[in-house]
Amino acid sequence: MTIKPLEYLTYRGKAGMWAWILHRLTGVGVLMFLLAHILDTAAIGWGPAAYNRMIELYRMPVFRVGEVALAGAVLFHALNGVRIIILDFWPETMTAEKKLFAGVVTLFAVVYLPMAIYMLRFLAH
Amino acid sequence: MELYAWLFMRVSGIVLLFLALGHLLIMHVIHNVETIDYHFVAHRFMTPFWRTYDLVMLWLALLHGLNGARTLIEDYVGVRGWRVFSLASLYILGFIFLALGSLVILTFQPVGG
Repeated sequence: MTIKPLEYLTYRGKAGMWAWILHRLTGVGVLMFLLAHILDTAAIGWGPAAYNRMIELYRMPVFRVGEVALAGAVLFHALNGVRIIILDFWPETMTAEKKLFAGVVTLFAVVYLPMAIYMLRFLAH
Repeated sequence: MELYAWLFMRVSGIVLLFLALGHLLIMHVIHNVETIDYHFVAHRFMTPFWRTYDLVMLWLALLHGLNGARTLIEDYVGVRGWRVFSLASLYILGFIFLALGSLVILTFQPVGG
């Protein structure tokens, strides 16, 4: 069975559906960066000039903001992964499914907001 | 087989929870690209601990990500020919990146001072 993109928007799933969609999106995002990160780190084999030129690229504001998005993707994927593990190994927690998702969102907000502000402090000067 | 893939995602996920979040905290929050350069990484790679840390993280993260991508391909690529092509490309790409990443971590020799 295949689902058309529009059906993701019209299907009225609850928290679990959004957690599932976000888990897939953040997973793909982090994997894309991991592949790029393996390539940029490989530049270290060509010595200081090549590697520092590569890092210079990551110092561009657009990459610094992207880095904050990456941190958010990793953090959400990690927290929601814990939620999946809890639900998988202790199925009785299914009755508290809504609370678990609320816990993921709350913990994410509490950790990510200060972290994002701290990481974006370079924009202030 | 699918059970082992399922279990691997949970086990590697728990280990990565510490490795990847630790890496994120150290290399992206405490330190960042303003101070990270060749010298920083060369110094870090002098200790076997960080090489091992990075190597374990590379393998777990990449295999976790590749298995995730495999799931997505099996879910969304409906036409059999395209599915086989996508999976074959994924495995070849995965092998190349795993080999390249391992090579860099294991064979790095600092130059200069």
